[in-house]
Amino acid sequence: MADPVLSLEGLSKSFGALRATDQVSLTLLPGEIHALIGPNGAGKSTLMGLISGTLAPDAGSISLGGQDITALSMPQRARAGLGRSFQVSSLIAEYSALRNVLLALQAHDGHSFRFMRPVMRDKALIARAQAILARVGLAARASVEAGALSHGERRLLEIAMALALQPRCFLFDEPMAGLGAEGTARLVDFLRGLKSEAPILLVEHDMDAVFRLADRISVLVYGRIIATGNAAEIRTNSDVRAIYLGEEVAS
Amino acid sequence: MDSTLKEWLLNAVMVVALLLVPLWAWLANEPFIITLATRIAILALAGVGLNIALGLGGMVSFGHALYLGIGGYVAGIAAHHAFHGTTVLGLPGTNQMLPIWAIAMILSGAIAGVVGALSLRTSGIFFIMITLAFAQMGFFFALSWPAYGGEDGLPIFVRNQFPGLNTLRPWEFFLISYGVLLVALGLFALLRAARFGAALMAIRQNPDRVAALGITPFGVKLVAFVLSGMITGLAGALMADLTRFVSPAMMAWTMSGELIVIIILGGVGRLFGPVAGAAILVGFEVFFGGLTEHWKLWLGLVLLGVVLFARGGIIGLIAGRAHHG
Ligand SMILES: Nc1ncnc2c1ncn2[C@@H]1O[C@H](COP(=O)(O)OP(=O)(O)OP(=O)(O)O)[C@@H](O)[C@H]1O
Ligand SMILES: [Mg+2]
Repeated sequence: MADPVLSLEGLSKSFGALRATDQVSLTLLPGEIHALIGPNGAGKSTLMGLISGTLAPDAGSISLGGQDITALSMPQRARAGLGRSFQVSSLIAEYSALRNVLLALQAHDGHSFRFMRPVMRDKALIARAQAILARVGLAARASVEAGALSHGERRLLEIAMALALQPRCFLFDEPMAGLGAEGTARLVDFLRGLKSEAPILLVEHDMDAVFRLADRISVLVYGRIIATGNAAEIRTNSDVRAIYLGEEVAS
Repeated sequence: MDSTLKEWLLNAVMVVALLLVPLWAWLANEPFIITLATRIAILALAGVGLNIALGLGGMVSFGHALYLGIGGYVAGIAAHHAFHGTTVLGLPGTNQMLPIWAIAMILSGAIAGVVGALSLRTSGIFFIMITLAFAQMGFFFALSWPAYGGEDGLPIFVRNQFPGLNTLRPWEFFLISYGVLLVALGLFALLRAARFGAALMAIRQNPDRVAALGITPFGVKLVAFVLSGMITGLAGALMADLTRFVSPAMMAWTMSGELIVIIILGGVGRLFGPVAGAAILVGFEVFFGGLTEHWKLWLGLVLLGVVLFARGGIIGLIAGRAHHG
């Protein structure tokens, strides 16, 4: 088996008495989509926050490409190769879609202390940003301010910004939420192609999308992983069915 | 009309007016008007400095008078020692503006670096209070420093010199201040449009997002804060030469407030916001200051109006909201 790109070891996080993440260990292998599912409040976003560095774990470790990144700050982790999208779209509201992607590209290039050359005259940079917007289907919306984009378009812009970082792995928190049936179908196709560029840890409530996309699925309940396996294994796992999927999948 | 075009036209009008009015005053032999225009240019320069921190970076420094005062005292102390032929820290004084400006900028930048490093991890009201506290420390330090006049301040007997110009002539000193203002505006425009400005303005809007992309907000803000302090410090050196006097009042919290008022009146983050704001402030001082002691009350009402009804300041009112492309 190939070495994991991302691996979590015994990660725990409590908010007061609430154990939001409880001894979580999981791996993300090259070329795979690993879906993380679980009921509301199970701790999926908390786990994403622990990985990307918005939250500090109480215990456990995180490594990326074999390097321990547990002690790194959020920007350092991003530079080490984590590309995340937020569950609640988090964009630069007054910037156009294009400028949001330009910012991500500039972050990826590591050149933010440039004081003279206007960004909007950097043709090569703009061409790269436009190509990325085109990949997610936002080419026609490049000049619209992020704050004025529709909900679905903002989700796509989140993905575009993650793409611009050319990360070693993607962390997507409910990218399909609010996309509608057609948008979801398109994103499913897109993510299926994307996983060969970098593996994806995907938090998603849309079970249909999860079962179509995921190579492996981990089920999180009360901060604990109760099962990990491929779609068929998860569908037939009795614990999962009892606790989480219920009759919905059986039917 | 396109709002970007409108803003450029408005800016052009300000550039030309700020030159033509004192030019007319020079021809008509009205030195007081030239001095007012010089005061506008220097206050605007101080505002350009603050506009980097406050306008682009969203760092509401309530202590920028500190840098104004540092620049002012550098000019005053250098001139003092040059005049008396004495030394300071083993160095002779100087009455040359260029080295004075360099020292003023280096010193204000260094102090801004310290203040920034200690305050930029906080935000909101804490940041405001820490920056205020540092400026108050500077104020009381100057107040209790008898060697340079203490609370009486320090006069500059002969205005410092600039190569090739006679700085004692109001028109020529105006041209120096105006030139420095234009250079500072040019630099502001450049850095705002460059990658640095892109990161800085993004950090103002959504620091977590920027951090998630791999840019450390602290570093970008600190550099911006230092640049901001340097430009305001330069304005302080010019201000001291304009009034030929420095005193702790330059570092008073009311001065810090005036700089913020300039930015808000003109338009936060707008290139020419400080110019418009300084012109309004000096205009009020002159027109209403002559009529009533309470001109600051009227200014306060205008400020209230701007904050409530014209968030983009006077430039926003005329040219619409800012566009980042
Ligand atoms: N900063 C915080 N402080 C205190 N409690 C928190 C915090 N963040 C999350 N929680 C709690 O931790 C638990 C896990 O929340 P989390 O957002 O990780 O769940 P989730 O699985 O992402 O849910 P959803 O499917 O609704 O997005 C919840 O009970 C939540 O209320
Ligand atoms: Mg969540």
